Amino acid sequence: MLTLEARATQSAFAAWLSPLLALGLTALTGAMIFLAMGKAPGVALYIYFIEPLTSWSGLSEVAVKAGPLILIGMGLSLGFRAGVWNIGAEGQFIAGALLGSAPAVYFFESTNPLILPCMMLLGILGGMAWAAMPALLKTRFNANEILVSLMLVYVAELLLVHLVQGPWRNPEGWGFPGTRMFPDAALLPMFVPGYRVHLGTLIAVVIPFLAWFVLTRTRLGFQVRVFGSAPLAARHAGISSAQMVWTTLLVGGGLAGLAGVMEAASTIGQLMPKISPGYGFTAIIVAFLGRLHPVGVLLAGTAIAVTYIGGEGAQISAGLPKAVTGLFQGIILFYLLAFDLLTRYRLTRVGARGNTA
Amino acid sequence: MTELLIASIMTMMTAATPLVFAATGELVCEKSGVLNLGVEGMMLTGAVFGFAAVTLTGEPLLGLAAGMMMGLFASLIFGVLTLSLLSNQVATGLALTIFGTGLSALVGLDYVGKTIEQIRAIHLPVLTDLPVVGRLLFGHDPLVYVSIVLLGLTHWFLKHTRWGMILRAVGDSDQSAHAIGYPVIAIRYAAVAFGGAMAGLGGAYLSLVYTPLWAENMTAGRGWIAVALVVFASWRPSRVLLGAVLFGGITILQLNTQAAGLGVPASFMSMLPYIATIVVLVLISRDSIRIRLNAPACLGRPFRAER
Amino acid sequence: MNEKPLLQLTGISKAFPGCIANDDIDLEIAPGEIHALLGENGAGKSTLVKIIYGVLRPDQGRLCWRGEEVAIDNPASARSLGIGMVFQHFSLFESMTTLENVALALPPQDLDQLRERLETTAHDYGLTLHPDRHAYDLSMGERQRIEIVRCLLQNPSLLILDEPTSVLTPQETDTLFTTLRTLAAEGRSILYISHKLEEVRSLCDRATILRGGKRIDDCNPAQETAQSLAEKMIGRRVESAKGHTAPAAYEVRLKVTDLSVRSDQPHGTDIRDVSFSVHAGEILGIAGIAGNGQTELMNALSGETGPPQAGAIEILASDASQMGPMARRQLGAVFVPEERVGQAAVSDLSLVQNSFLTSAFRMGFVNHGLINWPGVGQYAKEILDEFDVKATGVDALVSSLSGGNLQKFIVGREILQSPQLLIVSQPTWGVDAGAAAAIHEQIQRLISAGAGALVISQDLDEIFALSDRIAVISQGTLSPPRPAGEVTTEQVGLLMGASRSISETASHAHA
Repeated sequence: MLTLEARATQSAFAAWLSPLLALGLTALTGAMIFLAMGKAPGVALYIYFIEPLTSWSGLSEVAVKAGPLILIGMGLSLGFRAGVWNIGAEGQFIAGALLGSAPAVYFFESTNPLILPCMMLLGILGGMAWAAMPALLKTRFNANEILVSLMLVYVAELLLVHLVQGPWRNPEGWGFPGTRMFPDAALLPMFVPGYRVHLGTLIAVVIPFLAWFVLTRTRLGFQVRVFGSAPLAARHAGISSAQMVWTTLLVGGGLAGLAGVMEAASTIGQLMPKISPGYGFTAIIVAFLGRLHPVGVLLAGTAIAVTYIGGEGAQISAGLPKAVTGLFQGIILFYLLAFDLLTRYRLTRVGARGNTA
Repeated sequence: MTELLIASIMTMMTAATPLVFAATGELVCEKSGVLNLGVEGMMLTGAVFGFAAVTLTGEPLLGLAAGMMMGLFASLIFGVLTLSLLSNQVATGLALTIFGTGLSALVGLDYVGKTIEQIRAIHLPVLTDLPVVGRLLFGHDPLVYVSIVLLGLTHWFLKHTRWGMILRAVGDSDQSAHAIGYPVIAIRYAAVAFGGAMAGLGGAYLSLVYTPLWAENMTAGRGWIAVALVVFASWRPSRVLLGAVLFGGITILQLNTQAAGLGVPASFMSMLPYIATIVVLVLISRDSIRIRLNAPACLGRPFRAER
Repeated sequence: MNEKPLLQLTGISKAFPGCIANDDIDLEIAPGEIHALLGENGAGKSTLVKIIYGVLRPDQGRLCWRGEEVAIDNPASARSLGIGMVFQHFSLFESMTTLENVALALPPQDLDQLRERLETTAHDYGLTLHPDRHAYDLSMGERQRIEIVRCLLQNPSLLILDEPTSVLTPQETDTLFTTLRTLAAEGRSILYISHKLEEVRSLCDRATILRGGKRIDDCNPAQETAQSLAEKMIGRRVESAKGHTAPAAYEVRLKVTDLSVRSDQPHGTDIRDVSFSVHAGEILGIAGIAGNGQTELMNALSGETGPPQAGAIEILASDASQMGPMARRQLGAVFVPEERVGQAAVSDLSLVQNSFLTSAFRMGFVNHGLINWPGVGQYAKEILDEFDVKATGVDALVSSLSGGNLQKFIVGREILQSPQLLIVSQPTWGVDAGAAAAIHEQIQRLISAGAGALVISQDLDEIFALSDRIAVISQGTLSPPRPAGEVTTEQVGLLMGASRSISETASHAHA
């Protein structure tokens, strides 16, 4: 019989191995699911995990999809590190898209180059405003941030639906829900003709390295770490819990809001009801898969983006439902959480076993 | 007017029932010290499998059983991860919700747009035909009564039985319970499984009685509202019913005002249950010491027995 | 010994990762005997009794009960043999009543009948209990009485008590000893775990001494001196720390006036109208049983629980009442709280990172928000060297340090900041004798250098060894400090239980 033994130090090797193991086992489980659905597992897995990486356009699409996942995942990982469970990034994403799109909606013929930076700023503010609500209610009234931030996702979704069906609906859109297409000045510049990689993708690559610096070299980063692992020690060291809650939620909301407005102002080019394919929730998985580490988030965001693009491809070429992607995401997280055990404990045979007394 | 009021109250009860099931299950689970945030995922799982079972067999009871079984099964995944593999309960609960959402969407693809025969309200001769009180007391569907009985039984179990006392003890101090010799992990598994079965039943109720149809993500946050209800109820079964009826009432208010055409956009009325949840949470959480007095002391903490 | 032993352990071994807690231990307990298990913190006493009670399984060795070999797989089988145990950290359920707490440890039965038996048994042995009060409402002494009564209701042949007097006043200790002697006279055996030599000498018939997981000796404690027992227990002579030199100046370092604090804990104790002052060159000791407001007082002084509800805290003549912990440190104070892991130190961070925790500003490690990590590393190395902290290096995680080494690290981290005021709670609780002596010496040196100190401790020996003046905290109120030479242990003991015995009598009258 095998039992668990607590490790004296966390194993860095196991810490990096467990996400890889989780991905591998998810692929294996995926193969079995495909088999059960009567699809050839090899082909389906190829479409899901490999095909997006075999062409320039595929890679470009992966990068485009990875952008918002990395940005949101980065913000969430900061919060999760501090033990602040913001799971309403989807709402903050939508709020950012909403507020950030306002200039493009109201000045739909604008050619002013300032409109774009203005939109980005408003997007960040929109996300922050949405995240400020759980922060305020948590610090002021002790209300659980998980439930509050999640409830606000539904509110944001309904607000979005209301706007694009009502006041902001494109008068020339034959009654379809959605705003006018944004003017060119309000769209993020793209770099390579024929590919959709844009400025936002670049920003998404830079942010994690910035976050890494903040986490390892600044007092703020240190405070976040301490607050997350030992709240009482944080209090002992004079770290204000309200300040930590506010900071992590505002940063997380701001990044999600930025991701939101960049999504509207790039590949989509307008506001519509389905602005997000669940980025805010998927980013939770990205944060964990990346082990809450900035570089990890960068890699994990890219990996998850591959399955998104693969999922779209599978829908078209193999008739596989899009819902499979969602299922995969849940399974990845399950495996990851299971393997996490190995970073804290090691398996040993009975005889030299147990925990400290 | 009376007719409208009676109809409203009847609908209010059906809106409250899935919340009663899910919240009661979560309450028992939390009383044992386990925080399972996967209620939404378990409800969706229960809803889709319940609906599939009825579509395939035409047997409503089988549908409810399937919903419960699959909710229970989903909760056991959570149990293995958090109780045996000591994973973080919050993260695992989120994973369960994401998993349940994906699984139900996949399984439900074949059932979108299908119709089934709804479980009907009971009709007792004479009693149900009494004016006003007849239908209010004797005219609901059977599961409304089941949910209320369930709440009563849960209250009795926790308060007046030895096993209920043991369950509370495990949630109060897992270390003490272990030191006295109670099987902490096994008891928690049982509580988690009960929570899963009840969430599954609540989900099945939605797809078999409330709507009755299957649509992707049809729970629309009810699982999360059920979690909030447990906090609102301060971990007391009697107050779960109060909270559930309150939310049922808000749902009805929303439907009625939309019908009445008050000029408030439909989207804003649909926000009401979510905003109400936030308001209720804020009101109940203000006194942090009281929350901590009522909450099981070991809630959310992993436990590992030393041997 | 002609009588057949009640319990006989042969060759018991138990290993944990990184340490052998029990190494080939033999133990024999005769019927009706009060048997001491004597040893330092970390000697393996708790592990051994957990094996006897079935909480832990031995890796090797045999247990014989009344001459027959038995396997004790869990506490239930221990109880069915007739073994009862009173844990050091009580195995009580805070949110449950006395009656429920007792019922949970016994086979299923009618609660009304149990209530009667409980009251009878409690009365027979002179143990005051209130069946319907919740555990969180009770003093440490009453909690212990619940544990004892619920053992007695099972009519045990062997009763195990793990460090029972650490939460009792001297007077409560005397009452407990009377009860234990009654039980022994009835033919029951008692296994008494302690590291307090005088208690063992006055109470126990035999003693088994453990050191470093090994059985060192069996003896009759009455025939030993405290010194000879100490040498067996610790393995060498421990020099008691020298006192500090008399104060040069008498300036006030800490002045607390009419302080009232509402506890932030659900079952905490409020601080009411507490006033005292600490001067340069002196140590003020605050004695008291755990849970009488020490934590609340400590956190209020360090500023961790925010401004007090009423009253003022002055640190080096500046009003600090509204200040946070870091600002109070800037005034010249440092703090060593009771909780080492999770409050004073973060277990999954390295010693370097933990060095930074409280010294960020006092040592000037932060520049424009950036941390000077090389500087912090240097400081951490200094702490390890000066305070003889045994660790694999400055990058070792806090979780890899033993209790004594961690406390030396924490105290070192604060003292090396050269404070003018040291506030420390339970400086040597659960720490081995060597580390305790080292910590005491460092505190005395700091005071000789002109700092003032407030020492909060539930260990009366420690209070008397360190303090110039002594005050007692009980139920959130503080007795007036008196010079150490003018008070006796008995007087302090009375103050420790004073206001509680009044309130208990009062609530009894209400019931």
